[in-house]
Amino acid sequence: MRLGAQIVKELLVNLRDGQVRLAFVGPPLLQVCLLAYAATLEVRNVDIAVVNDDTGRASHELVQRIGSARFVHELVVVHRAETIAQLVDRRKVLVGVHIAADFSRDVAAGRPASVQVLVDGRRGNSGQIALSYLQNIANDYGAELTGSRAAGVPRTEVRNWFNENLIYLWFVLPAMTGILVMFTTLVVTALSIAKEREQGTFDQLLVSPSSPLEIVIAKCVPAFIIAIAQAALMVSVATLIFDIPFAGSLPLLLLAVVLFGFSLVGIGLMLSAICETQQQAILSVFAVGYPLIMISGFATPVENMPDWLQTIAEGSPLKHFLVIVQGSFSKAMPPIEVWSNAWPMLVIGLISLAMAMVIVKRKLQ
Amino acid sequence: MSAFSLRRLGGLVYKESLQVLRDPSAILVTFALPTVLMLVFAFALSLDQRHVPIAVVLESDGADAQELAAAFSGTRFFDVTPARDRREVAAKVVAGKLKGFVVIPQDFDARLKEASRGSLVQVVTDGSQPNTASFVGAYASGVVATWLSQRDGARAPAISLEARFWFNPELNSRHFLIPGAIAIIMTLIGTLLTALVVAREWERGTMEAVMSTSATVLEILLGKLLPYFGLGLVATFGCAMLATHAFGVPMRGSYFALFMLSSAFLVPALGQGLLISTASHNQLVASQLAAQTGFLPAFMLSGFLFEIGNMPGWLQTITYAIPARYFVASLQTVFLTGDVWAQFLPNILAMLAVGAGFFIIVARNTRKSMED
Repeated sequence: MRLGAQIVKELLVNLRDGQVRLAFVGPPLLQVCLLAYAATLEVRNVDIAVVNDDTGRASHELVQRIGSARFVHELVVVHRAETIAQLVDRRKVLVGVHIAADFSRDVAAGRPASVQVLVDGRRGNSGQIALSYLQNIANDYGAELTGSRAAGVPRTEVRNWFNENLIYLWFVLPAMTGILVMFTTLVVTALSIAKEREQGTFDQLLVSPSSPLEIVIAKCVPAFIIAIAQAALMVSVATLIFDIPFAGSLPLLLLAVVLFGFSLVGIGLMLSAICETQQQAILSVFAVGYPLIMISGFATPVENMPDWLQTIAEGSPLKHFLVIVQGSFSKAMPPIEVWSNAWPMLVIGLISLAMAMVIVKRKLQ
Repeated sequence: MSAFSLRRLGGLVYKESLQVLRDPSAILVTFALPTVLMLVFAFALSLDQRHVPIAVVLESDGADAQELAAAFSGTRFFDVTPARDRREVAAKVVAGKLKGFVVIPQDFDARLKEASRGSLVQVVTDGSQPNTASFVGAYASGVVATWLSQRDGARAPAISLEARFWFNPELNSRHFLIPGAIAIIMTLIGTLLTALVVAREWERGTMEAVMSTSATVLEILLGKLLPYFGLGLVATFGCAMLATHAFGVPMRGSYFALFMLSSAFLVPALGQGLLISTASHNQLVASQLAAQTGFLPAFMLSGFLFEIGNMPGWLQTITYAIPARYFVASLQTVFLTGDVWAQFLPNILAMLAVGAGFFIIVARNTRKSMED
């Protein structure tokens, strides 16, 4: 009964302020509308500069084919190789193609003909992909010229499970749910005790009839409620508005959200126990939260990291949650696999809660 | 209110600097946070695929099939688990333990003899991670193509591309991600620092106290910002030192260019922080706003990780308002290419223009809030 009243009080503290309410609702909408569309590593709209020193038909045909390729946005025809260098320097084009004067002669004579391609290494990732597209164009045209058309027939059949067309949004939106829930929960719990302490009301709480456990639970529940509401909002938007298929089980995902929230409440309370002021608490959330995102596999895959960092990544609740949320959306991940990614979150939560208790006790003495 | 006075501004700057230097959290934000974030960004972010776990399901016992399977095991980028049954590996793909698998079918030898029988092998990828999936698909196709051409003793292709990657010949993704990371980190530091510090002054009511003095709004704001401007520059150079000395990123441009670009970038970054603090006097809301309107857009929309050209057109238009967009591109050039003023000058102007926009809004808001 007392606990119930406290929870209501904490919820009111968090949600009474209109601006604070907005801060919890605004970000999800902003992220859904804007950022989810940005996150793609597909390569489109590439600008390419071409110098063609050759007057023959073959080079003309090659330039035509490059210009009409789907990934090319603009084909800039220039007359001097130095201009290509300048355009690449200034990031006006991603790729420069230089066809030498003897290209058509080589092709006509059946000699191997070569084309120079300069790629901007500052944009190495897109550059590599654009280069592979150019390679395909060259291979196809070359195969046509030598009459060995069969070589152009793909000998490998690629099928992408769960997301046939590799729509990037299907990956980003579920992942954003995790990031959003993480920040809200961390900020709310990290501020909870720090705020009382800064305002001097923490001592009043301690001398109130509530037991320390009740105080802590009352502080955590609002974070839980807000986190689950945010997750529900994001999942509904993803499935209803963006038509992202949800193949898994909702109860399992809810369980995962609860465990994820538990681990974050633990980390948040730990930060809250360490920090003296609200400002320190907020800064510590940033200092801990961003590294947790970076090592979670959201931006770049965990497998690309050095091995020692992959080990540390196991300590990021977001890393485990991302596996589950992605598995729930596209894959219908079986319960046993969900659990194998869920228990680490439980462990993280228990350890950090224990540490928070130890710190609080030491500070009280 | 009296006219602008340099002497009074000097006094304010001195007072604010003292306050900053005494505040442990400001020092923490300018030195500890960037260092931690630089280390995390540099180690955690990499677009260089390595050791992607896949399985090769060998259903045929033919010599050619085994040779192709061996070709997969010998690649640099795949960690191959051999298997005999596609069902056992399918479950591992669902569990996320494998990123895909290659099936070398039972009738592989027959398919190899007759090109008309269609594809030789099948590649299945885990599409729930689209980037890794497209890498697995493309790279596996490449392995098959290379194996085939070596087997046929094929002649050189009729047209070959001689590709050179400028500025970054080994294609180390860290070399372009780390300069970009500096821009992202400075966005966070710049906006968060000013937003939090000034919001705290409002929350405590000390801002009104300063406002009630004879100093003008412009003097007060400049006095608040100049110390942070200095701290921001120091933090940027600290990050640059880490990038070049700890992570081997080359520095082909001049430190003068780096200084000019960083200075220009701090104008909109601090301006945005100030705008946030005037929009909300609550530290919680201010920090949320700094993260949502500063850090996240910089991370997602600046071209740091996701190429702007690949975004939908309307979103590309929005990116012009993100100061980090100009800073990321310029920093990558300063570090990897050199001083390309033809690129820097327009970017510097753009950053100053965005900054001016923020300050105009701040000036109008502040005047209004004082009249309330």
